Amino acid sequence: MTGSMGGMAGAAGTAEATAPAPTLPGGAAEPPPHGLGVSLPAADADAKTQGIYPYASDLWAEGLLWAAVLRSPHPRARILSIDTSEAARMPGVRAVITHADVPGDAAHGRRVADRPVFASDAVRHHGEPVAAVAADHPDTARLAAAAIAVEYEPLEPVTDPEQAFTAEPLHPDGNLIRHIPLRFGDPEITGEVVVEGLYRIGRQDPAPIGAEAGLAVPRPDGGVEIYTASTDPHADRDLAAACFGLEPERVKVVVTGVPGAMGDREDPAMQLALGLLALRTGHPVKLAATREESFLSHPHRHPTLLRYRHHADADGKLVKVEAQILMDAGAYADSSSEALAAAVAFACGPYVVPHAFVEGWAVRTNNPPSGHVRGEGAMQVCAAYEGQMDKLAARLGLDPAELRLRNVMATGDLLPTGQTVTCPAPVAELLRSVRDFPLPALPVDDPEEEWLLPGGPDGAGDPGAVRRGVGYGLGMVHMLGAEGADEVSTATVKVTGSVATVICAAVETGQGFTTLARQIVQEVLGLEEVHVAPVDTDQPPSGAGARSRHTWVSGGAVERAARMVRTQLLQPLAAQFGMSTELLTITDGRIHSYDGVLSTTVAEALDGKELWATAQCRPHPTEPLDDTGQGDAFVGMAFCAVRAVVDVDIELGSVRVVEMAVAQDVGRVLNPRQARARIEAGITQGVGAALMENLRTNNGLVRRPDLTGHPLPTSLDTPDIRIVKLVEERDVVAPFGAKAISAVPVVTAPAAVAAAVRAATGRPVNRLPIRPQAAVGAGAV
Amino acid sequence: MTLPGSLDEAVAALSAMPAAVPVAGGTDLMSAVNSGLLRPAGLVGLGRISEIRGWQYQDGHALLGAGLTHARMGRPDFAALIPALATAARAAGPPQIRNAGTLGGNIASAAPTGDALPVLAALEATLVIAGPGGGRREIPIGHLLTGFDMLRPGELIGYVRVPLLHAPQTFLKATGRTGPGRAVASVAVVLDPARRNVRCAVGAVAPMPLRPLDAERWVASLIDWDGERTLAPEACAAFGDYVAAACIPDPAPTPDGGEPGTLPPAALHLRRTVATLARRALGRALA
Repeated sequence: MTGSMGGMAGAAGTAEATAPAPTLPGGAAEPPPHGLGVSLPAADADAKTQGIYPYASDLWAEGLLWAAVLRSPHPRARILSIDTSEAARMPGVRAVITHADVPGDAAHGRRVADRPVFASDAVRHHGEPVAAVAADHPDTARLAAAAIAVEYEPLEPVTDPEQAFTAEPLHPDGNLIRHIPLRFGDPEITGEVVVEGLYRIGRQDPAPIGAEAGLAVPRPDGGVEIYTASTDPHADRDLAAACFGLEPERVKVVVTGVPGAMGDREDPAMQLALGLLALRTGHPVKLAATREESFLSHPHRHPTLLRYRHHADADGKLVKVEAQILMDAGAYADSSSEALAAAVAFACGPYVVPHAFVEGWAVRTNNPPSGHVRGEGAMQVCAAYEGQMDKLAARLGLDPAELRLRNVMATGDLLPTGQTVTCPAPVAELLRSVRDFPLPALPVDDPEEEWLLPGGPDGAGDPGAVRRGVGYGLGMVHMLGAEGADEVSTATVKVTGSVATVICAAVETGQGFTTLARQIVQEVLGLEEVHVAPVDTDQPPSGAGARSRHTWVSGGAVERAARMVRTQLLQPLAAQFGMSTELLTITDGRIHSYDGVLSTTVAEALDGKELWATAQCRPHPTEPLDDTGQGDAFVGMAFCAVRAVVDVDIELGSVRVVEMAVAQDVGRVLNPRQARARIEAGITQGVGAALMENLRTNNGLVRRPDLTGHPLPTSLDTPDIRIVKLVEERDVVAPFGAKAISAVPVVTAPAAVAAAVRAATGRPVNRLPIRPQAAVGAGAV
Repeated sequence: MTLPGSLDEAVAALSAMPAAVPVAGGTDLMSAVNSGLLRPAGLVGLGRISEIRGWQYQDGHALLGAGLTHARMGRPDFAALIPALATAARAAGPPQIRNAGTLGGNIASAAPTGDALPVLAALEATLVIAGPGGGRREIPIGHLLTGFDMLRPGELIGYVRVPLLHAPQTFLKATGRTGPGRAVASVAVVLDPARRNVRCAVGAVAPMPLRPLDAERWVASLIDWDGERTLAPEACAAFGDYVAAACIPDPAPTPDGGEPGTLPPAALHLRRTVATLARRALGRALA
């Protein structure tokens, strides 16, 4: 029920008539689905809806063995001994491996190699891999893994990140992963009005709808092929090769159907265990993780503790922001450094702040591992700085939207990192759009409509106890890797006959890259039929499928390669007719000259030849934040405004989000339907983070690693999502002028929901997800 | 795996293979099997026993088959008979679960969050247990849920006998979300005008449904059973607080006579939730 603009009845039935026209095309005159800017359907959409699309868990190979991983039951313990003999003796068991069987590097990590493939002397989080088994039946493998005798000496876990500074080191690298002391402006200055707040953000799990699965197949040359739903196949290949002690050429990662990804999809340790078992046994080995294992192994969003002090003048103009941000990385570093950089740089949000002092730390604990989940860092601070803006508005007696409008940034303003915002930053326009969008009708004004109360149909909701609240959130994210990361992608385009093929290692994770690649080639080459080849590591690298970077770097590379092919195709014709290639156009597979003299088909022009071109896209370089948090660290930024309308049963504290109105800075809409789907998905994930998604622990132990313990929004929990405006102000440095779409709604939505609950209940709401006891209204019995 | 066609055949199959496990909707059992927690030596499928998939009337009672699905119980014709059970059935999970999950399974699983259980407790339902050799015995639902009288080897829950009270009854459930979810707390209130009783059961806050008997008696004494059967809102609120305090009591004083501790905030919120549910449930039953 993630509703679209037109078809939603919902509570806003009367508002629909007066709603401003959407900027999205669609409706009456639908252009033929071809090229950029149209809603080309995804090529795999039918197969996915029919249930015949092969995902990683559907893989099969003749004679395959099944793997199972033994995981630590303790959040922190010393390993005294590991005895695999009983497991190895079990009938049907073909191999049992531990840390002693890792031929190459014993430690791995996508960003920092600080994580053992298998724990050797210590376990540092609940669920850490200790050993793995291959057997001829999945049950045998699980039973054998359970039969491995590990003698632990449990130690008191460090689960409070504030204790990590003084606790004994949990890891040889120490407990402090990164500290950024950002200093910007005059520390002595103070404002006439000062508000303070303490905010806590929970541990959202990306909870991909398909759990981790993979198949490793040994190769005759002593290498191994790993079939898995990797989102960064080349990085995973390099990790695997280092751990296997093989040259990268002898390890191949083949990407299979990805059942959902919101950043780094899976823990690479699973692929490493699979590869090691395949190499050891000489047989294909498959692993399909249970939901429980999935929750225990892959990285989560960083739980974060934030202290803020905002100074403003009497008119509500921000003077200074002081903040302390403490991120819980879990036991291993992973992407904590990047997450912290984003949190510190965006600690003040899309507002002009002349003086800012932000201390950020990422520390190790024995909690479940944190890593890259979309909007990392930016999402946590957004909930906090927007809470502060609400507090400031209440203190000054100003409308929350008005206070924000007095402070919003625009192109040319400075971030607290000293970086000038050079890209479009239409923040004020976004906020005005959602503020001026008509509010959904109250149920009392619309008696025809059945009122879905908080608590759901047949729930305990009572209309007399329900209060409605409206709140705003403004958020920002950066696009592409930051702080000097080499963001590059390579793509190849081939044309044969009237068919074009794209070869690019950018993984389709559901974000729509293959559809976009087809649209780009259609646009440039005027060919209808475009195929996108499956991804493996024999292709040149394209980097991780994260930060919506593929639209920029991989889309850019595809466009360049397609243009090179176009030139190769048209050059001989242009020379023959004595004109430049610019005077020729290709539409629907036919080449025309401007004057109509030349008209031929692409297939005829090719005359049986194949044209190939390969190109790279590498955006302008960035620099790391220095020791005062200053530097041009980001390639580009995207902004979003959300207005949330919630109903709260103030006696039970149950919350239903009624409507989310979204205005977003997108640069350019390349595929309207896909853009809408990405925004709806992001808002829904944000609503989940605001109300229910939190992987809770008890002294380091994950309490319920399943979808009951970590519920996801269902259609009844998902509000009407109204995309009020997509601001298409092209970003000149980005290919096509398009900006990242997926991450910024996730970042902004939780803050908007919290603001609306604040308005409904009069309670501070400083913790995400919002617990019912925090949403019991001040006036409730 | 056997698929008997009658209750007695099923009992015979279970007696013949005592290690076998009966399975009806399988919504709890199969997830335990799939996650490796349970490895039954055999299964006795109850899905083909048509005699337990419906209900019949028996001197002022309804004899509900244990194989009734939640989806069936949620329909209007059933709701006209036993409204609270129908509401509980509609609230029990998403449609896929309601289509498969059965009344008997809800009782046999005896999960603290089982939605039918507080309703059956408030109705003082009786279980008709089928045993080997065509034997039948009846036990109150409370005896099974408290472990006072357990199912013996080879026995199956055949039917649930529920009184038809011809009076309002309510079931309210707090889940903390709008979509289907497990109960944080649930309250069933049934009025029994013939016996001039109000019966209430609170689910999900303890391993089995709790009956606040003093609160029931107190509120029943306030109601004018021959008149309009209404209560002042303050009385409903007091009933809610009474029920909540009975189900989530204050900490007892320490044995050495020290000051009793205070309830943690989460328990206080739970108590407030139960009080609100009980107040609303009674108010709606008397409206």
